[in-house]
Amino acid sequence: MSEASNHGASKMYGMVIDLDKCTGCGACMVACMAENNVPFKEDESDKLKSITWLRLYKLNNGKPFPDVQICYLPRPCMHCGGEGNHGHSPCVSVCPATATDYDLETGIVSQIYTRCFGCRYCMAACPYHARYFNWWDPVWPEGMERYLNPNVSVRMRGVVEKCSFCYHRYQIAKNNAYNNGSREVLEHEYQTACTQACPAGSITFGDLNNPKHEVYKLKQNKNAFRLLEKLKTNPKVYYISKLEWVRKLGDNYRS
Amino acid sequence: MKVSRRDFLSLGAGATIGTALTPLPWKLMDDVSIWTQNWAWTPFPEDGEVTYVTSTCTLCPGGCGIMVRKVNNRAVKIEGLKGHPLNQGGICLLGLSGLQLLYDNKKRIKTPLKRIGKKGEEKFEPISWEQAISEVCDKLSNLRLKGESHTVAGIVSSKFGVLNNLFKRFLTAYGSPNFLTPQSGSDSYSTAMFLMQGVDCNAGFDIENSSFILSFGAGLIEGWGSPVRIFRERTNFNQNGGKLIQIEPRLSNTGAKADKWLPLKPGAETVLALGFAHVIIKESLYKKDFINTYTQGFDKWKQTIIDTYTPSYVSKITGVKEEEIISIAMDFAKSSFPIAICGNGKDRTPESLSHSMAVHSLNGLVGNINRKGGIWTVPLPDYINWQEALIDDIAQNGIKKERIDSAGTKQYIYAKSLLNRLPEVVNLGKNYPINLLFISEDNPIYTLPNTNDVIKAFEKIPFIVNFTSYLDETSVHSDLILPNHTYLERYEDVSTPPYFIKPIISMAKPVISPIFNTKHTGDLIISMAKKLGGKISESFPWDSYNDCLKKTLNDKWQMLEEGGFWVNSTFNPSKAENQFKTASGKFEFLNAAISALSPGDIIKPEGDNSVFPLILIAYDSIRLSSGFIESPPFLIKAVESTILKQNDVVVEINPQTAKNYSLKEGDRIILTTPKGEAKTKVHLFDGIMPDIIALPKGLGHSNKGLNINNLMGQIEDPSSGFNICSGIRAKIAKA
Repeated sequence: MSEASNHGASKMYGMVIDLDKCTGCGACMVACMAENNVPFKEDESDKLKSITWLRLYKLNNGKPFPDVQICYLPRPCMHCGGEGNHGHSPCVSVCPATATDYDLETGIVSQIYTRCFGCRYCMAACPYHARYFNWWDPVWPEGMERYLNPNVSVRMRGVVEKCSFCYHRYQIAKNNAYNNGSREVLEHEYQTACTQACPAGSITFGDLNNPKHEVYKLKQNKNAFRLLEKLKTNPKVYYISKLEWVRKLGDNYRS
Repeated sequence: MKVSRRDFLSLGAGATIGTALTPLPWKLMDDVSIWTQNWAWTPFPEDGEVTYVTSTCTLCPGGCGIMVRKVNNRAVKIEGLKGHPLNQGGICLLGLSGLQLLYDNKKRIKTPLKRIGKKGEEKFEPISWEQAISEVCDKLSNLRLKGESHTVAGIVSSKFGVLNNLFKRFLTAYGSPNFLTPQSGSDSYSTAMFLMQGVDCNAGFDIENSSFILSFGAGLIEGWGSPVRIFRERTNFNQNGGKLIQIEPRLSNTGAKADKWLPLKPGAETVLALGFAHVIIKESLYKKDFINTYTQGFDKWKQTIIDTYTPSYVSKITGVKEEEIISIAMDFAKSSFPIAICGNGKDRTPESLSHSMAVHSLNGLVGNINRKGGIWTVPLPDYINWQEALIDDIAQNGIKKERIDSAGTKQYIYAKSLLNRLPEVVNLGKNYPINLLFISEDNPIYTLPNTNDVIKAFEKIPFIVNFTSYLDETSVHSDLILPNHTYLERYEDVSTPPYFIKPIISMAKPVISPIFNTKHTGDLIISMAKKLGGKISESFPWDSYNDCLKKTLNDKWQMLEEGGFWVNSTFNPSKAENQFKTASGKFEFLNAAISALSPGDIIKPEGDNSVFPLILIAYDSIRLSSGFIESPPFLIKAVESTILKQNDVVVEINPQTAKNYSLKEGDRIILTTPKGEAKTKVHLFDGIMPDIIALPKGLGHSNKGLNINNLMGQIEDPSSGFNICSGIRAKIAKA
């Protein structure tokens, strides 16, 4: 990590998810699975074994009928920057194989499957449960390996995997930008699969450092919050909710 | 050599230390792991040139535009089409899963099949297309010669389009009146609008520009109407400060996103709607200029409402507090662009006519009709203008016969088709038997309520010909399966989806060439007609389905082929020709036809409440497909464990009710209704009314969970004949 050379000019890709818009439909989950070749297990209705890079949580305010309220919360990898954004995210700090790394150019936490040897320290360290371990090789339902995306490696047994903010899309966008003679990846040129699919327009993706990007404005919303901020993981996923109980649940360690 | 105990121990210790220190076993283990990780069963997707094909999704009636990403000849991902008027680039999870329906080696039918085992036994033999077509045509000719052409029926799931019309035309030219399509909530709405506004139209809702939505159970974000469009418009509606009130017995996602969830027992919607009308009239909050200029029968209708539906009466019937009825009604009427909507989750089950008319009269009271932010009368699609089918004497005799479902007769005057009545009529042997049944892209054994009766009826039909791509509950009961291309391998026109406000046509086109030995159903109909000869053949002057589609769409063909859709973006509903076409030329709250309808304010669920103290309702989840299409693996992966836990379906129970039965979260119970029983797991949920329990629709395929239709019955709306059942009485016991 050459912190000094990239300092200042770096991008910080992140997400703002408006929970008031989110309908809990699950299109983001499926868009992510389809884009990233997320593995299938024998029985996908067994949620203990199921791998979903982006998982939708159903929250409720804990009140009895008829005052109960429900809110959905999509949880991708938070791509934590750690304190001061130096890349000391919980998982990167513990990985003995440098299989997960913090990219100072984009702020994205990578996962390199061929380096990972499956110790799962990162899973224990991640406070967001965003990481999944492949106990078995993936099993695609018969015939369905034909739709797999060549831009994302298919994982094998014994490695950890997680949301990459569709990093391959960044690589493609960057190549295109260079080919077109421009040095800048524009906001619309790099969007994650979940952002693109969301029918309610609840997910916004972009460079949190760039005042021209939508996310820059949205993260300043008075109802914006991040999950478990008290842990100082400095996540790059912001949530917006006008419901106070949702904001409170977002940081349930805060007294 | 003598080995002392001491030697033995030191040798053992030495070996242990040696093994621990040598890298060999660890190295070997590491190598073996890496080697096995690279075994060929981890697929390696082939790379290549990336292209995009524009098409239309036909997995639900929504009609969203899609872009399919291809790598060489493989379809790799489906994405929403940017700039499509309906979905604007968004897409739902079923649409995203389309490739799993295309590349499904297990469920897809790869070649024409003929049944050789018993019905439902799943024993088929592959046959050639020639043999398949001649077998059907022989049967058809024989029936025609015997003068029994009317005993042939056809079920087609699409409500409009070239394929639908080809099928109808085939039956007409052949000599059968029995062209059946499934009913949904939009049929109730269209009938209500026909009675009150005199226009045969589709209902359109300008959700985005309205300011207040009073929804009687419409699952706006459960998959109602054109789902992605409604998702998007609900966001805009919300951002513009719109207020949504959701009235339903169970807190759905729509209820969760609403400004207020008003729990209401199933079947009491009509009374509550008229209770709101009472308040609006009493408080004089209705739009007087609209009522005075554009309506008829208001005074007489008003009297009934004033006399009967007082807040205290309505409160007694519905259990909703009087002050709540009054305040909601006043908020609704005071809002600038209020809309009242009815629906039942995804809207696959119709509402009673009295329910849709009561709700629509609220729209009449606030005059929010055919204007921005209101309810629009959207013309029915009119692009299919073929010459009448040629009819010979046999056909003439056949089509004169009464329909098997009695739709359109005196009893069911407003119904065009009543598929829900088919099982009962066949089982009772009423009218006449059905000797041959065509089914196109529908799965009635799964989707119709009371599965046992449906199977019995289908087993009584001697010959079932199924045009489908998948091996499902109905195709295993069929005698001949003629596999169709999937929607990603064929052309198809898709007309205005339910509740969209502008006339639109979208086109599905082949993304890849067919991967199995399948044929377009449209082509098969044309070849069957040609084989039958005579006037039937003459009625089909087209070479193929594509030829027919091209000639039908005429000047729009090129636009659809290139851009994927055509929309009448300047459509304006307030023009005179779209306005009221009743006898008075006005919006009629009451007229002779409406007064002649059978009254039916309260719908009582089937079953004796002393035996069955609870009510079971079926709910829709956007994460499950509940129609002809089975939920693909992506959906099963995305569905919550509070809906499906391994192979168990989960029933939602209010904690208070559960306490009465001393049930805890996760307990197993036996659930019994007058129609059947099932084992389920308990989920305690505060978002459901006490004494009501709920199961999801759309499960039960491939042994995953349970098809709720096994437990459900029918309730026939006396006015329309539609099945309006949304709940049934039930009892539970610990398993």
